[in-house]
Amino acid sequence: MLHTINQSPFRGDSLTSCIRFIQADDPILFMEDGIYAVQHGNKFNEIISNLSKTNPIYALSPDIKARGIQNVLAEVKQIDYDGFVELVENHQVNSWL
Amino acid sequence: MREEDGEIIKDFMYVMRRAPHGTIYTYEGLEMVLISAAFDQDISIAFIDDGVYSLLKDQDTEDLQIKGFVKTFKALDGYDVEKLYVDRQSLEERGLSEDDLIVDVEVLESAEIGKLMAKQDVVIHN
Repeated sequence: MLHTINQSPFRGDSLTSCIRFIQADDPILFMEDGIYAVQHGNKFNEIISNLSKTNPIYALSPDIKARGIQNVLAEVKQIDYDGFVELVENHQVNSWL
Repeated sequence: MREEDGEIIKDFMYVMRRAPHGTIYTYEGLEMVLISAAFDQDISIAFIDDGVYSLLKDQDTEDLQIKGFVKTFKALDGYDVEKLYVDRQSLEERGLSEDDLIVDVEVLESAEIGKLMAKQDVVIHN
């Protein structure tokens, strides 16, 4: 199951709740304002790094670029829209709105 | 997903994550639950985070002049929507227990709800 996060982690509880319910190996994709979760130096770095040990982590590059985020965590794989489509093709989607 | 009498039946889980009356999400979510139940789909509802407040006893929306949905929750049984799961941590964080809720539910650990989520054909957050 693919989990998507599109909210800033500073505004809502989508990220923390998602992590509580996610199963090992489920991919997680940060997009739209969810991107702010994967910027290096913020308070969520440790959570994301720990998560990356059990789950593949992706972030949508057009949304990263649009927000001027230069320093994305190394554990995060950046993908474009084709990569997004590929993930959706291969997984049921769970959107943590 | 399975087939019964030529009809495709999918497992739907609705995830209620927001407090009830501040937004339209819970109301709209319940509408979706009833519609998909009418199409004989296999429905479950998970109440997590502020979603657990939707099930509190003694909600009275009369002065807000909105219909409320306590009656709808009580009627879900009649639509064969019987799988209501509540996240224990969300209840405890809010100082609530099963006795505070208007309907019979199954209180589960987050990990158990997570496993149920993973089995669904469709998961919709409200």
